[in-house]
Amino acid sequence: MSGYLPIALMLVIAALIGLISISVGFLIRPRKPEKVKLSVYECGMPEFSDARQRYNVRFYVIAMLFVIFDVETVFLFPWAVSFDVLGLFGLIEMIVFIIILVFGYFYAWKKGALEWA
Amino acid sequence: MLVELIFVVIKILVVITVLLLGVAYMTWLERKVIGHMQVRLGPTHVGWKGLLQPIADGLKLVAKEDIIPTMVDKPVYIIAPLLSLIPALSAFAVIPFTNATVNLFGTEYHLYITDVNIGLLYVLALSSVGTYGIIMSGWASNSKYALLGSLRSSAQVISYETAMGLSLIGPVLLAGTVSLKGITEAQANGFWFIVPQFVAFVVYLISAIAETNRAPFDLPEAETELVAGFHVEYSSMKFAMFFLAEYANMYVVSSIATIVFLGGWNGPFGPSFIWFILKIVALMFFYLWLRATLPRLRFDQLMTLGWKILIPIALVNVVVTSIVLYAIN
Repeated sequence: MSGYLPIALMLVIAALIGLISISVGFLIRPRKPEKVKLSVYECGMPEFSDARQRYNVRFYVIAMLFVIFDVETVFLFPWAVSFDVLGLFGLIEMIVFIIILVFGYFYAWKKGALEWA
Repeated sequence: MLVELIFVVIKILVVITVLLLGVAYMTWLERKVIGHMQVRLGPTHVGWKGLLQPIADGLKLVAKEDIIPTMVDKPVYIIAPLLSLIPALSAFAVIPFTNATVNLFGTEYHLYITDVNIGLLYVLALSSVGTYGIIMSGWASNSKYALLGSLRSSAQVISYETAMGLSLIGPVLLAGTVSLKGITEAQANGFWFIVPQFVAFVVYLISAIAETNRAPFDLPEAETELVAGFHVEYSSMKFAMFFLAEYANMYVVSSIATIVFLGGWNGPFGPSFIWFILKIVALMFFYLWLRATLPRLRFDQLMTLGWKILIPIALVNVVVTSIVLYAIN
Protein backbone atom coordinates (compact mmCIF):
# COMPACT_ATOMS: atom_id res chain seq x y z
CA MET A 1 0.00 0.00 0.00
CA SER A 2 3.02 2.30 0.33
CA GLY A 3 2.51 3.51 -3.26
CA TYR A 4 -0.95 4.81 -2.38
CA LEU A 5 -0.10 6.75 0.78
CA PRO A 6 1.54 9.59 -1.21
CA ILE A 7 -1.62 9.82 -3.34
CA ALA A 8 -3.75 10.24 -0.20
CA LEU A 9 -1.31 12.88 1.06
CA MET A 10 -1.43 14.64 -2.31
CA LEU A 11 -5.25 14.78 -2.19
CA VAL A 12 -5.15 16.22 1.34
CA ILE A 13 -2.51 18.83 0.46
CA ALA A 14 -4.32 19.81 -2.74
CA ALA A 15 -7.55 20.24 -0.75
CA LEU A 16 -5.72 22.35 1.83
CA ILE A 17 -4.21 24.56 -0.89
CA GLY A 18 -7.68 25.03 -2.36
CA LEU A 19 -9.23 25.92 0.99
CA ILE A 20 -6.39 28.28 1.91
CA SER A 21 -6.47 30.10 -1.39
CA ILE A 22 -10.25 30.55 -1.10
CA SER A 23 -10.03 31.95 2.41
CA VAL A 24 -6.75 33.91 2.32
CA GLY A 25 -8.27 36.96 0.66
CA PHE A 26 -10.93 37.17 3.39
CA LEU A 27 -8.74 39.52 5.40
CA ILE A 28 -7.84 42.03 2.70
CA ARG A 29 -10.67 42.11 0.22
CA PRO A 30 -13.45 44.71 0.29
CA ARG A 31 -17.01 43.72 1.20
CA LYS A 32 -19.62 46.08 -0.20
CA PRO A 33 -22.67 44.00 -1.01
CA GLU A 34 -25.44 45.69 -2.93
CA LYS A 35 -28.75 44.40 -4.24
CA VAL A 36 -27.96 44.82 -7.93
CA LYS A 37 -24.42 43.57 -7.55
CA LEU A 38 -25.66 40.37 -5.93
CA SER A 39 -28.18 39.56 -8.67
CA VAL A 40 -27.19 37.05 -11.32
CA TYR A 41 -25.82 38.26 -14.63
CA GLU A 42 -28.31 38.59 -17.45
CA CYS A 43 -26.75 41.12 -19.82
CA GLY A 44 -27.89 44.03 -17.67
CA MET A 45 -31.56 43.00 -17.73
CA PRO A 46 -33.38 42.37 -14.45
CA GLU A 47 -33.56 38.60 -14.01
CA PHE A 48 -37.05 37.45 -14.92
CA SER A 49 -37.12 33.73 -14.19
CA ASP A 50 -35.29 30.96 -12.42
CA ALA A 51 -32.45 29.60 -14.53
CA ARG A 52 -33.12 25.96 -13.68
CA GLN A 53 -35.60 25.25 -16.39
CA ARG A 54 -36.00 22.32 -18.75
CA TYR A 55 -33.08 21.75 -21.04
CA ASN A 56 -32.44 19.72 -24.14
CA VAL A 57 -32.83 15.97 -23.66
CA ARG A 58 -29.83 15.32 -25.92
CA PHE A 59 -27.48 16.18 -23.06
CA TYR A 60 -29.08 13.34 -21.11
CA VAL A 61 -28.72 10.91 -24.04
CA ILE A 62 -25.05 11.86 -24.40
CA ALA A 63 -24.54 11.22 -20.68
CA MET A 64 -26.07 7.72 -21.01
CA LEU A 65 -23.96 6.91 -24.09
CA PHE A 66 -20.91 8.10 -22.21
CA VAL A 67 -21.59 5.67 -19.35
CA ILE A 68 -21.82 2.76 -21.81
CA PHE A 69 -18.71 3.68 -23.77
CA ASP A 70 -16.63 4.58 -20.76
CA VAL A 71 -17.41 1.30 -18.98
CA GLU A 72 -16.38 -0.46 -22.17
CA THR A 73 -13.11 1.48 -22.24
CA VAL A 74 -12.46 0.47 -18.64
CA PHE A 75 -13.01 -3.18 -19.66
CA LEU A 76 -10.42 -2.78 -22.41
CA PHE A 77 -7.64 -1.61 -20.07
CA PRO A 78 -7.16 -4.90 -18.11
CA TRP A 79 -7.42 -6.81 -21.39
CA ALA A 80 -4.68 -4.63 -22.93
CA VAL A 81 -2.42 -5.13 -19.91
CA SER A 82 -2.71 -8.95 -19.98
CA PHE A 83 -2.80 -9.24 -23.77
CA ASP A 84 0.32 -11.44 -23.88
CA VAL A 85 -1.11 -13.91 -21.36
CA LEU A 86 -4.57 -14.23 -22.93
CA GLY A 87 -3.35 -15.13 -26.42
CA LEU A 88 -5.67 -15.83 -29.35
CA PHE A 89 -8.69 -16.52 -27.12
CA GLY A 90 -8.45 -13.08 -25.54
CA LEU A 91 -8.02 -11.39 -28.91
CA ILE A 92 -11.10 -13.05 -30.49
CA GLU A 93 -13.17 -12.54 -27.36
CA MET A 94 -12.41 -8.83 -27.29
CA ILE A 95 -13.09 -8.40 -31.01
CA VAL A 96 -16.51 -10.05 -30.46
CA PHE A 97 -17.06 -7.66 -27.55
CA ILE A 98 -16.14 -4.64 -29.69
CA ILE A 99 -18.39 -5.84 -32.55
CA ILE A 100 -21.37 -6.09 -30.17
CA LEU A 101 -20.59 -2.57 -28.98
CA VAL A 102 -20.30 -1.29 -32.54
CA PHE A 103 -23.81 -2.67 -33.23
CA GLY A 104 -25.11 -0.62 -30.31
CA TYR A 105 -23.15 2.38 -31.55
CA PHE A 106 -24.71 2.24 -35.02
CA TYR A 107 -28.14 1.70 -33.49
CA ALA A 108 -27.69 4.90 -31.47
CA TRP A 109 -26.41 6.66 -34.59
CA LYS A 110 -29.38 5.54 -36.74
CA LYS A 111 -31.81 6.49 -33.96
CA GLY A 112 -30.43 10.01 -34.19
CA ALA A 113 -28.87 10.11 -30.70
CA LEU A 114 -25.74 11.70 -32.14
CA GLU A 115 -27.51 14.38 -34.20
CA TRP A 116 -27.55 17.98 -33.01
CA ALA A 117 -29.44 19.70 -35.77
CA MET B 1 9.44 5.55 7.80
CA LEU B 2 9.29 9.08 9.24
CA VAL B 3 12.06 10.21 6.90
CA GLU B 4 10.14 8.77 3.98
CA LEU B 5 6.94 10.51 5.05
CA ILE B 6 8.63 13.89 5.39
CA PHE B 7 10.37 13.39 2.07
CA VAL B 8 7.04 12.60 0.38
CA VAL B 9 5.46 15.76 1.83
CA ILE B 10 8.42 17.85 0.61
CA LYS B 11 8.16 16.30 -2.85
CA ILE B 12 4.42 17.05 -2.98
CA LEU B 13 4.93 20.67 -1.93
CA VAL B 14 7.73 21.15 -4.48
CA VAL B 15 5.66 19.61 -7.28
CA ILE B 16 2.60 21.72 -6.46
CA THR B 17 4.70 24.90 -6.22
CA VAL B 18 6.39 24.22 -9.54
CA LEU B 19 3.02 23.38 -11.07
CA LEU B 20 1.37 26.57 -9.84
CA LEU B 21 4.34 28.64 -11.04
CA GLY B 22 4.13 26.81 -14.35
CA VAL B 23 0.44 27.67 -14.56
CA ALA B 24 1.17 31.34 -13.78
CA TYR B 25 3.88 31.60 -16.41
CA MET B 26 1.79 29.66 -18.89
CA THR B 27 -0.66 32.58 -18.83
CA TRP B 28 2.25 34.96 -19.47
CA LEU B 29 3.52 32.77 -22.31
CA GLU B 30 0.02 32.54 -23.76
CA ARG B 31 -0.42 36.29 -23.87
CA LYS B 32 3.08 36.83 -25.24
CA VAL B 33 2.93 34.12 -27.92
CA ILE B 34 -0.57 35.00 -29.12
CA GLY B 35 0.36 38.68 -28.98
CA HIS B 36 3.35 38.18 -31.24
CA MET B 37 1.39 35.89 -33.56
CA GLN B 38 -1.11 38.71 -33.98
CA VAL B 39 1.69 41.30 -34.39
CA ARG B 40 1.14 42.78 -30.93
CA LEU B 41 3.55 42.84 -28.02
CA GLY B 42 1.55 41.25 -25.22
CA PRO B 43 2.17 42.38 -21.62
CA THR B 44 5.20 44.67 -21.33
CA HIS B 45 4.68 46.95 -18.33
CA VAL B 46 4.96 44.87 -15.14
CA GLY B 47 8.55 43.79 -14.80
CA TRP B 48 11.05 43.03 -17.57
CA LYS B 49 9.08 42.01 -20.72
CA GLY B 50 6.01 41.77 -18.51
CA LEU B 51 7.47 38.85 -16.57
CA LEU B 52 5.85 39.91 -13.29
CA GLN B 53 2.41 40.16 -14.92
CA PRO B 54 1.16 36.73 -13.63
CA ILE B 55 2.16 37.66 -10.06
CA ALA B 56 0.32 40.99 -10.35
CA ASP B 57 -2.74 39.20 -11.76
CA GLY B 58 -2.69 36.70 -8.90
CA LEU B 59 -2.44 39.43 -6.25
CA LYS B 60 -5.22 41.35 -7.94
CA LEU B 61 -7.52 38.32 -7.88
CA VAL B 62 -6.82 37.62 -4.19
CA ALA B 63 -7.62 41.22 -3.26
CA LYS B 64 -10.84 41.40 -5.29
CA GLU B 65 -14.25 41.45 -3.67
CA ASP B 66 -15.80 37.99 -3.51
CA ILE B 67 -19.32 38.41 -4.87
CA ILE B 68 -21.69 35.55 -4.06
CA PRO B 69 -25.06 36.25 -5.74
CA THR B 70 -28.14 35.88 -3.55
CA MET B 71 -29.88 33.26 -5.69
CA VAL B 72 -27.05 30.70 -5.68
CA ASP B 73 -27.00 27.35 -3.92
CA LYS B 74 -24.24 28.41 -1.54
CA PRO B 75 -22.60 25.11 -0.40
CA VAL B 76 -22.49 23.71 -3.93
CA TYR B 77 -21.35 27.08 -5.26
CA ILE B 78 -18.35 27.05 -2.92
CA ILE B 79 -17.46 23.37 -3.36
CA ALA B 80 -17.52 23.50 -7.17
CA PRO B 81 -14.21 25.38 -7.74
CA LEU B 82 -12.51 23.15 -5.16
CA LEU B 83 -13.79 20.10 -6.99
CA SER B 84 -12.24 21.43 -10.20
CA LEU B 85 -8.87 22.28 -8.70
CA ILE B 86 -8.21 19.31 -6.39
CA PRO B 87 -8.32 16.58 -9.10
CA ALA B 88 -6.24 18.73 -11.46
CA LEU B 89 -3.47 19.10 -8.86
CA SER B 90 -3.73 15.56 -7.49
CA ALA B 91 -3.17 13.96 -10.89
CA PHE B 92 0.49 14.92 -10.59
CA ALA B 93 0.95 12.41 -7.77
CA VAL B 94 1.57 9.66 -10.32
CA ILE B 95 3.38 11.57 -13.09
CA PRO B 96 6.97 10.25 -13.32
CA PHE B 97 8.94 13.28 -14.49
CA THR B 98 12.47 12.05 -13.86
CA ASN B 99 14.35 8.80 -13.27
CA ALA B 100 16.90 10.49 -11.01
CA THR B 101 17.13 9.15 -7.46
CA VAL B 102 18.38 10.67 -4.23
CA ASN B 103 20.17 8.90 -1.41
CA LEU B 104 18.78 9.72 2.05
CA PHE B 105 20.29 7.98 5.10
CA GLY B 106 21.37 4.97 3.08
CA THR B 107 18.12 4.38 1.16
CA GLU B 108 17.49 5.30 -2.47
CA TYR B 109 14.37 7.36 -3.08
CA HIS B 110 12.99 8.33 -6.48
CA LEU B 111 12.19 11.99 -7.09
CA TYR B 112 8.69 11.65 -8.56
CA ILE B 113 5.97 11.42 -5.92
CA THR B 114 4.82 7.83 -6.39
CA ASP B 115 4.27 5.13 -8.98
CA VAL B 116 1.20 2.90 -8.78
CA ASN B 117 0.36 0.09 -11.17
CA ILE B 118 -2.93 1.79 -12.13
CA GLY B 119 -1.35 5.21 -12.80
CA LEU B 120 -3.04 5.90 -16.14
CA LEU B 121 -6.47 4.83 -14.84
CA TYR B 122 -5.99 7.08 -11.81
CA VAL B 123 -5.35 10.10 -14.01
CA LEU B 124 -8.36 9.28 -16.22
CA ALA B 125 -10.56 8.84 -13.14
CA LEU B 126 -9.48 12.20 -11.72
CA SER B 127 -10.18 13.95 -15.00
CA SER B 128 -13.73 12.54 -14.77
CA VAL B 129 -14.12 13.90 -11.24
CA GLY B 130 -13.18 17.34 -12.55
CA THR B 131 -16.38 17.28 -14.64
CA TYR B 132 -18.44 17.43 -11.44
CA GLY B 133 -16.94 20.82 -10.64
CA ILE B 134 -18.19 22.15 -13.99
CA ILE B 135 -21.70 20.69 -13.63
CA MET B 136 -22.04 21.83 -10.02
CA SER B 137 -20.85 25.36 -10.72
CA GLY B 138 -23.31 25.77 -13.58
CA TRP B 139 -26.19 24.39 -11.57
CA ALA B 140 -25.42 26.25 -8.35
CA SER B 141 -24.94 29.63 -10.06
CA ASN B 142 -28.62 29.80 -11.04
CA SER B 143 -27.73 31.84 -14.10
CA LYS B 144 -28.87 30.91 -17.59
CA TYR B 145 -25.45 31.46 -19.13
CA ALA B 146 -23.76 29.41 -16.47
CA LEU B 147 -26.23 26.54 -16.83
CA LEU B 148 -25.96 26.46 -20.63
CA GLY B 149 -22.19 26.69 -20.42
CA SER B 150 -21.91 23.88 -17.90
CA LEU B 151 -24.25 21.61 -19.91
CA ARG B 152 -22.22 22.17 -23.04
CA SER B 153 -18.97 21.82 -21.21
CA SER B 154 -19.88 18.58 -19.45
CA ALA B 155 -21.30 17.06 -22.66
CA GLN B 156 -18.08 18.02 -24.44
CA VAL B 157 -15.80 16.70 -21.72
CA ILE B 158 -17.53 13.33 -21.36
CA SER B 159 -17.77 12.85 -25.15
CA TYR B 160 -14.08 13.39 -25.68
CA GLU B 161 -13.11 11.42 -22.59
CA THR B 162 -14.37 8.27 -24.31
CA ALA B 163 -12.21 8.90 -27.37
CA MET B 164 -9.30 9.77 -25.10
CA GLY B 165 -9.58 6.52 -23.13
CA LEU B 166 -9.88 4.44 -26.31
CA SER B 167 -6.86 6.12 -27.91
CA LEU B 168 -4.74 5.21 -24.87
CA ILE B 169 -5.54 1.47 -25.22
CA GLY B 170 -3.14 1.11 -28.19
CA PRO B 171 0.00 2.26 -26.34
CA VAL B 172 -1.08 0.23 -23.28
CA LEU B 173 -1.25 -2.86 -25.53
CA LEU B 174 2.33 -2.19 -26.66
CA ALA B 175 3.62 -1.46 -23.14
CA GLY B 176 1.67 -4.20 -21.37
CA THR B 177 1.14 -2.05 -18.29
CA VAL B 178 -0.84 1.03 -17.15
CA SER B 179 1.84 2.12 -14.71
CA LEU B 180 3.11 5.42 -16.09
CA LYS B 181 6.68 4.54 -15.09
CA GLY B 182 6.31 1.18 -16.82
CA ILE B 183 5.06 2.84 -20.00
CA THR B 184 8.03 5.25 -19.94
CA GLU B 185 10.49 2.40 -19.44
CA ALA B 186 8.91 0.44 -22.29
CA GLN B 187 10.06 3.27 -24.58
CA ALA B 188 13.59 3.46 -23.14
CA ASN B 189 15.14 1.93 -26.27
CA GLY B 190 14.25 5.12 -28.17
CA PHE B 191 11.27 3.59 -29.99
CA TRP B 192 8.61 6.06 -28.91
CA PHE B 193 4.98 4.96 -29.17
CA ILE B 194 4.15 7.95 -31.38
CA VAL B 195 5.69 5.98 -34.28
CA PRO B 196 3.52 2.83 -34.22
CA GLN B 197 0.56 4.66 -32.64
CA PHE B 198 0.51 7.88 -34.65
CA VAL B 199 -3.26 7.63 -35.26
CA ALA B 200 -3.86 7.19 -31.53
CA PHE B 201 -1.60 10.18 -30.85
CA VAL B 202 -3.64 12.43 -33.14
CA VAL B 203 -6.92 11.20 -31.60
CA TYR B 204 -5.48 11.71 -28.11
CA LEU B 205 -4.23 15.21 -28.85
CA ILE B 206 -7.57 16.37 -30.29
CA SER B 207 -9.46 14.83 -27.36
CA ALA B 208 -7.02 16.33 -24.88
CA ILE B 209 -7.55 19.83 -26.27
CA ALA B 210 -11.32 19.33 -26.15
CA GLU B 211 -11.10 17.82 -22.67
CA THR B 212 -9.35 20.91 -21.32
CA ASN B 213 -11.82 23.25 -23.09
CA ARG B 214 -9.08 24.92 -25.11
CA ALA B 215 -9.47 26.66 -28.46
CA PRO B 216 -10.72 25.62 -31.01
CA PHE B 217 -12.96 23.66 -28.61
CA ASP B 218 -13.48 26.46 -26.08
CA LEU B 219 -17.27 26.43 -26.46
CA PRO B 220 -18.00 26.56 -22.73
CA GLU B 221 -16.33 29.94 -22.64
CA ALA B 222 -17.53 31.22 -25.99
CA GLU B 223 -17.40 34.90 -25.01
CA THR B 224 -19.53 36.03 -27.90
CA GLU B 225 -22.54 33.87 -27.05
CA LEU B 226 -22.20 32.54 -23.51
CA VAL B 227 -20.15 35.39 -21.99
CA ALA B 228 -17.95 33.03 -19.96
CA GLY B 229 -19.92 29.84 -19.56
CA PHE B 230 -20.01 27.99 -16.27
CA HIS B 231 -17.89 30.44 -14.27
CA VAL B 232 -19.72 33.65 -15.21
CA GLU B 233 -21.02 34.13 -11.64
CA TYR B 234 -17.65 33.52 -9.99
CA SER B 235 -15.32 36.25 -8.86
CA SER B 236 -12.10 36.72 -6.92
CA MET B 237 -10.21 33.55 -5.87
CA LYS B 238 -13.05 31.22 -6.82
CA PHE B 239 -12.75 32.36 -10.42
CA ALA B 240 -8.98 32.04 -10.15
CA MET B 241 -9.39 28.41 -9.07
CA PHE B 242 -11.31 27.50 -12.23
CA PHE B 243 -8.56 29.23 -14.15
CA LEU B 244 -5.82 27.36 -12.28
CA ALA B 245 -7.69 24.08 -12.77
CA GLU B 246 -7.97 24.62 -16.52
CA TYR B 247 -4.26 25.31 -16.90
CA ALA B 248 -3.25 22.54 -14.48
CA ASN B 249 -5.38 20.18 -16.57
CA MET B 250 -3.46 21.30 -19.65
CA TYR B 251 -0.28 20.25 -17.87
CA VAL B 252 -1.88 16.91 -16.93
CA VAL B 253 -2.94 16.02 -20.49
CA SER B 254 0.43 17.20 -21.84
CA SER B 255 2.23 15.03 -19.28
CA ILE B 256 0.16 12.00 -20.30
CA ALA B 257 0.84 12.69 -23.99
CA THR B 258 4.54 13.01 -23.19
CA ILE B 259 4.68 9.81 -21.17
CA VAL B 260 2.46 7.63 -23.34
CA PHE B 261 3.46 8.78 -26.82
CA LEU B 262 6.65 10.84 -26.65
CA GLY B 263 8.85 8.64 -24.49
CA GLY B 264 8.42 10.52 -21.19
CA TRP B 265 11.74 11.31 -19.57
CA ASN B 266 13.75 9.41 -22.23
CA GLY B 267 16.12 11.59 -24.22
CA PRO B 268 19.41 11.10 -26.03
CA PHE B 269 21.60 12.82 -23.40
CA GLY B 270 21.51 14.96 -20.29
CA PRO B 271 19.26 14.90 -17.23
CA SER B 272 15.90 13.21 -17.72
CA PHE B 273 13.58 15.89 -16.34
CA ILE B 274 14.91 18.44 -18.87
CA TRP B 275 13.57 16.23 -21.64
CA PHE B 276 10.26 15.79 -19.88
CA ILE B 277 9.82 19.56 -19.45
CA LEU B 278 10.97 20.27 -23.01
CA LYS B 279 8.35 17.92 -24.43
CA ILE B 280 5.62 19.44 -22.25
CA VAL B 281 6.56 22.99 -23.24
CA ALA B 282 6.53 21.97 -26.91
CA LEU B 283 2.99 20.57 -26.52
CA MET B 284 1.88 23.69 -24.63
CA PHE B 285 3.26 25.90 -27.41
CA PHE B 286 1.28 23.78 -29.88
CA TYR B 287 -1.94 24.53 -27.94
CA LEU B 288 -1.22 28.27 -28.09
CA TRP B 289 -0.44 28.03 -31.78
CA LEU B 290 -3.78 26.30 -32.35
CA ARG B 291 -5.59 28.99 -30.40
CA ALA B 292 -4.03 31.71 -32.54
CA THR B 293 -4.78 29.82 -35.77
CA LEU B 294 -8.17 28.08 -35.67
CA PRO B 295 -11.67 29.54 -35.31
CA ARG B 296 -14.04 28.01 -32.76
CA LEU B 297 -16.16 25.03 -33.80
CA ARG B 298 -19.94 25.02 -33.66
CA PHE B 299 -21.44 22.75 -31.00
CA ASP B 300 -22.93 20.22 -33.46
CA GLN B 301 -19.59 20.08 -35.32
CA LEU B 302 -17.86 19.44 -32.04
CA MET B 303 -20.14 16.55 -31.14
CA THR B 304 -19.92 15.11 -34.66
CA LEU B 305 -16.14 15.18 -34.52
CA GLY B 306 -16.11 13.45 -31.14
CA TRP B 307 -18.74 10.77 -31.62
CA LYS B 308 -18.75 10.08 -35.36
CA ILE B 309 -15.07 10.48 -36.23
CA LEU B 310 -12.74 10.12 -33.25
CA ILE B 311 -14.46 7.21 -31.47
CA PRO B 312 -14.67 4.97 -34.61
CA ILE B 313 -11.03 5.78 -35.47
CA ALA B 314 -9.93 4.96 -31.93
CA LEU B 315 -11.90 1.67 -31.94
CA VAL B 316 -10.42 0.62 -35.31
CA ASN B 317 -6.99 1.54 -33.97
CA VAL B 318 -7.48 -0.75 -30.95
CA VAL B 319 -8.57 -3.70 -33.12
CA VAL B 320 -5.81 -3.22 -35.72
CA THR B 321 -3.12 -2.77 -33.04
CA SER B 322 -4.16 -5.93 -31.20
CA ILE B 323 -4.29 -8.02 -34.41
CA VAL B 324 -0.90 -6.75 -35.62
CA LEU B 325 0.60 -7.28 -32.17
CA TYR B 326 -0.71 -10.85 -32.07
CA ALA B 327 0.59 -11.55 -35.58
CA ILE B 328 4.08 -10.26 -34.69
CA ASN B 329 4.33 -12.32 -31.50
